[in-house]
Amino acid sequence: MTALNGTLERSRTVAEISTTPTNPAAPERVLWKGNEAMAEAAIQAGCDAYFGYPITPQAELLEWMARRMPELGRVFIQAESELGAINMALGAAATGKRVLVTSSSPGISLMAEAMSYMAGQQNPMVLIDVMRGGPGLGSIGPSQSDYFQLVKGHGHGDYKVPCLAPASISEAMALVADAFEIAERYRTPVAILADGTLGQAMEPVVPAYRTPPRPTNDWVADGAKGRAPRVVKSLDLQPEHLERHNLELQAKYREIEAREVRWAGEHLDDAEIVIVAYGTAARVARTVVERAREGGLRAGLFRPISLWPFPTAALREVAGRVRAILVVELSAGQMVEDVRLAVEGVTPVAFHGRMGGMVPSPGDVLAQLRELWAITEPVPATGHGPGHPRRHRPGAAASGARSAIGAPTAAPSGRTPRSTAILDELVEVDIADALTEVWR
Amino acid sequence: MDRSTIIAGFGGQGILFAGTVLARAAMAEGQQVLWIPSYGPEMRGGTASCTVIVGDTEIGSPVVDRADAVVALNPPSLAKFEAIVAPGGVLVVNTSLIEAEPTRTDIEIVRVPCTSLARSAGDDKLVSVVALGALLARRDLVAISSVRDAIAAIVQAKRPQILAADLAALETGFRAASGVLVPA
Amino acid sequence: MTLTEQPIAASAQPEANPAAAPLRILYQRPDALMEKSTHYCPGCGHGIIHRLIAELFDELGLNEKTISVAPVGCSVFAYDYIRTDWIESPHGRAPAVATGVRRTNPDKFVLVYQGDGDLAAIGTAEIIHAAARGERLTVVFVNNGIYGMTGGQMAPTTLLGQKSTSSPLGRESGEHGFPIPITEMLAILPGVTYAARGTLIEPSAIGKVKTMLKRAMQVQMTGGGFSIVEILSNCPVGWNMTAPESMAHLAQVAETYPIGVIVDRQKAAPAAREG
Repeated sequence: MTALNGTLERSRTVAEISTTPTNPAAPERVLWKGNEAMAEAAIQAGCDAYFGYPITPQAELLEWMARRMPELGRVFIQAESELGAINMALGAAATGKRVLVTSSSPGISLMAEAMSYMAGQQNPMVLIDVMRGGPGLGSIGPSQSDYFQLVKGHGHGDYKVPCLAPASISEAMALVADAFEIAERYRTPVAILADGTLGQAMEPVVPAYRTPPRPTNDWVADGAKGRAPRVVKSLDLQPEHLERHNLELQAKYREIEAREVRWAGEHLDDAEIVIVAYGTAARVARTVVERAREGGLRAGLFRPISLWPFPTAALREVAGRVRAILVVELSAGQMVEDVRLAVEGVTPVAFHGRMGGMVPSPGDVLAQLRELWAITEPVPATGHGPGHPRRHRPGAAASGARSAIGAPTAAPSGRTPRSTAILDELVEVDIADALTEVWR
Repeated sequence: MDRSTIIAGFGGQGILFAGTVLARAAMAEGQQVLWIPSYGPEMRGGTASCTVIVGDTEIGSPVVDRADAVVALNPPSLAKFEAIVAPGGVLVVNTSLIEAEPTRTDIEIVRVPCTSLARSAGDDKLVSVVALGALLARRDLVAISSVRDAIAAIVQAKRPQILAADLAALETGFRAASGVLVPA
Repeated sequence: MTLTEQPIAASAQPEANPAAAPLRILYQRPDALMEKSTHYCPGCGHGIIHRLIAELFDELGLNEKTISVAPVGCSVFAYDYIRTDWIESPHGRAPAVATGVRRTNPDKFVLVYQGDGDLAAIGTAEIIHAAARGERLTVVFVNNGIYGMTGGQMAPTTLLGQKSTSSPLGRESGEHGFPIPITEMLAILPGVTYAARGTLIEPSAIGKVKTMLKRAMQVQMTGGGFSIVEILSNCPVGWNMTAPESMAHLAQVAETYPIGVIVDRQKAAPAAREG
């Protein structure tokens, strides 16, 4: 038995935690708090430096790093503010180090400036947002109201940040490693959107980690020894040059959209109505789907894991064969906009959300789901293909278009080295063509 | 099938500890577990609760709207959580601090003077462990031996001197609620 | 014209004189200074300061081990002139950026270049906390009392009575507060190993600035803590003066910001820096 409790035994070391399991076939699980599990996953992923500032509900993450990073001879700094923290990360990342910054919603707002700089500099970093209720100082309860803030770009300028949203602690640990890899492969900040519940909860996890390979950095500012000096910057006062830089960024974003989509589904095979939810809301939705099916309602769950790039194509395919979609969020309705964009009206999209630190209960969501079922019409047997707008629901037999997709679509493994072909091709095209590409 | 337990009371009553013990015991038995604290600003004396959901498959909602078991250690907790005990569920009431009578008739009510029993076991702060013992006497969530192991594993590392009192508190609660001797 | 654009042709071929002593190079462009004209306004002090830094980088052998951090302001383009690796910082955050560089690259030399709006207004928290932590950084703080790049607005360092585009009637303490002697403020922190203020008013003063910069760099190279040199510089355009007038005006600036070494804790306690 190993010592495991996240709150009561802060002094334990990882050596204790990762005691070799007695039965190698079934590695011993540990009961671990989300914040601490994410911290250790980052350490095991090779994080060189951590910068943070205390804020609830992610303080345990900072405290874990405060103890572990110096133990390993790595860098931990509690900065003077979230501005300080993320700018320290900017500096360390620009020298080629693997860096992690964490905060919660109000602190993430302060970080918007440097995120924009880092996106412009193509400077990789992993940022974890353990979201809490807003706006303003808000509450410390769990929330998903930072979706717009992070998924839609955060700071000023035309940029995107890959955003990953775990729904369990073990998934969060895996996504931390993925986030470092994505960040370095595409030279971009990557955000993990967790929430207070995931940060504070404990679940048994297998302490298994992944350390992404180190990239060859031919751009970092690490002292111009035997080579020409390099500048890591985002400034370019010549509009022609800056536009070209933007086109390169956009080409990179198209590549990320093509390769880094992640989502999971449950009971989508025969679902006639589907809940779309991520993170903690998806946990609630899973219970709702189970209860709905116990009551004879064939519900399914579509869970985006990458919020950007959003699993648009996969969701559109699902939307084409269900009578309605219910989006559940811990917000006033943010991801629902991306759902509507993906669905393009082929099926009705409804929304249920709670705010300010409240989490919808399974009973409430089930009632909403039943209500939505009652006011919508069945999918016609002969149906329509995905992409055909169906604003007016035809009344037809219920048991229609079902897809062969049952298991979650596997996330692209993404282990292939990044190709610059797409980027080169896009940069070479003229502006009109590039815009066509952007808006396609 | 998920089974959810809510332990609620004042901060300082060992609520998160008791929840952790339950979660560890369930994990050791190979079950799935989700442990969620009510977290607030770091202040002493506020109300606290801990939800532990145990199941055979991956746990869904962290929000419980029908609890299989509720342990109410102070009056506000009874007022807040009595209603969400699922029909047929169990409600453990700490009669040392709670004078009000539960009104539900479709659930099992277990009245135990947890605070007094904790004091006699050695420490007021063991009240949650007493209550956990009482709960386990009425509901077979996990084996009592798993709970003993979990307490030992957590306490041994940090404060081995209180292990005996913890185990005594567990057994006192179990006995008080079962009227029988604790199985060996 | 700045000094950077006046390389004195030491290599010009003199008339052969066999009896003369071997030729000595008296003046040339340092390796660390790139061979290009700057974007700075005629008469601006940044060029002089760039040259001093470049000379010292050559002298101290720092060209291939330095990571420099550029601010936002006129000197944002310092990376175009000083031949080291550079990282561009958001406005005011250079000390935080440099902290991240410093801690993850303990064997490198880290230079921070900031103006007075950058350091003493928007970046006040970052500079104070970098100093408080005793970060092993060398900060070159160019104080010209004005926001130059955005058109000559009032800065936290603007003198009382001084007119600017955002204090058209002159800085008035009741309305705009007092100039900030931020280097003195920093110097009281035990993490600050060396703090000094120089001026570009005349060549001999410029020589003293170079001495101060060298000392500040040596502090970092010998494991000392935070070092900062504030340099009173001119902004002829922002001050609405000719270049010579602006240089002469630096005498008045020095009445508010006295010249000299403010603290040198390494000298005071050679064995170990305080704090």
